[in-house]
Amino acid sequence: MWSIFKKEWSQFFSSLTGYVSIGVFLLVMGLNVFVFEGNVLESGYATLDVFFSLSPWIMILMVPAITMRSFSEEYQTGTIEMLATKPLSDTQIILGKYFAAGALLLFALLPTLIYFLAVSALSLEGAGIDTGATWGSYIGLVLLGLMFCAVGLWSSTFSSNQIVAFLIGVFLCYLVYDAFFRISTLSIFTGKADYWIQLLGAGAHYDALSRGVIDSRDLVYFLTGSALFLLLTRMSVEGKKW
Amino acid sequence: MLINPNFAGMSVSAQHLTKIYGSQKAVDNVSLDVRPGEILGFLGPNGAGKSTTMKMLTGFLPATEGAIQIAGIDMMRHPLEGRRHIGYLPESNPLYFDMYVREYLAFVAGVYGLKNADRAINQVVEMTGLGPEQHKIIRQLSKGYKQRVGLAQALIHDPAVLILDEPTTGFDPIQLADIRSLIKTLGRSKTIIFSTHIMQEVQAVCNRVMIINNGRLVADDTVEGLSARMKGAVSVQISFDQAMPLSDIQQLAEVESVASTGSNAFMVSGLDAAALKKALFQLAVQLNNPIMSLQEEKADLEHIFKSLTQAKS
Repeated sequence: MWSIFKKEWSQFFSSLTGYVSIGVFLLVMGLNVFVFEGNVLESGYATLDVFFSLSPWIMILMVPAITMRSFSEEYQTGTIEMLATKPLSDTQIILGKYFAAGALLLFALLPTLIYFLAVSALSLEGAGIDTGATWGSYIGLVLLGLMFCAVGLWSSTFSSNQIVAFLIGVFLCYLVYDAFFRISTLSIFTGKADYWIQLLGAGAHYDALSRGVIDSRDLVYFLTGSALFLLLTRMSVEGKKW
Repeated sequence: MLINPNFAGMSVSAQHLTKIYGSQKAVDNVSLDVRPGEILGFLGPNGAGKSTTMKMLTGFLPATEGAIQIAGIDMMRHPLEGRRHIGYLPESNPLYFDMYVREYLAFVAGVYGLKNADRAINQVVEMTGLGPEQHKIIRQLSKGYKQRVGLAQALIHDPAVLILDEPTTGFDPIQLADIRSLIKTLGRSKTIIFSTHIMQEVQAVCNRVMIINNGRLVADDTVEGLSARMKGAVSVQISFDQAMPLSDIQQLAEVESVASTGSNAFMVSGLDAAALKKALFQLAVQLNNPIMSLQEEKADLEHIFKSLTQAKS
């Protein structure tokens, strides 16, 4: 697993995927947090709400871009035949790729801690930034990102075409994050199943963590969600062997 | 435990391998046993089932039916353990083009958990003659050198069994001689199964031949044995004065195979030289179409291969 992780990690940076995705993420975030209309300095409040409400949407695009080649490229170039005949289990291959994508995501999030430091340094003494909510949001963002990685990995097993894998990945990430909330607002569900449908979506759990309350139910949701998509990835990889 | 009690020193043992795609039998009841020190040439026309058989042996494709043992290990029950003993070069020679040669070999060494990776890498680089190219990025290598990288990754863990699917494609004639002699040297201590469609290669390298056609084994013998078995087999280069329908030659009982080689000229193969020539002469007389030239050629492996794989219709 470790050797797969290292290989994926070095391929992120030799294929520019790593630099470009981190660069674009930080650029978009930096502009929205500090430059564009509605930025932190303008609003006058010491919060990173702009960052935490926008990040999931950027990640819906960024994570599938990171994961799209994971399996697609192996199928396209035939290297999957090399990997599959080495003494590696499918689980080792999948987890190696999953953790590499997750590590790249963490690497992209790391510099945003500067935003946190900057905003708390700018805030008036005593008022400060809501540290609890910020850390809760960070935990939510990381868990959400890791779940997106599992979703993206699964969609990259669907096709040897990376663009197809990317588009399916974006669609599935959106579905997981926002679609359940949208569906719950349909009038036929109002007052009936809407609460339960909302709970199926990642958005509700992310919002809950953002309030700074680390509820075990939200943690369990993200962890089982990631595990479920990794399991689906394994089934898909095994199903390809015929 | 892992070692099967029936392990009789066979490095590769496969029984009744069958692979069915939909309604098509890609491989039909193929059994093979290969001992250490044997270099088995796997011959057959394209699409005969060579690659499919090799993919099943390496565990990449699950067999529809049959059992496989590698170094006495049941590949169905202990696939990961079995794969440690196999070095495999797939037909398409898949490589990570954006990696450096040594980086890629280090990755493969890591996958096998080799302790002394650097030494193993240096060894295979030396063996496969990758020395001058070892610091390049794989994408930049010529086809022949890419093939050497593929061979190097198959050798890096010093496996008991080498399965090479058309390993000699992409080499120029000088490189070809190097690679063949490398395979021969490796064959002294390892079990090698390699597929090819070049007959001379089998004669030059292998000590055993298997011919597969339409998914079935049609021959399994030593190179000498196969030649001896087909003793008397002959190919005749014949040309007639006027046009001669191919089917007229084909319908002769003495003819195994026939191919048109020019205007009114044919290559005709049969098992009995004298009977074949007599029959052709009688046919010419019967149709009043004189024979202009008739040249007898010694049947080599190529003709044996042709006569075994071209079913007479």
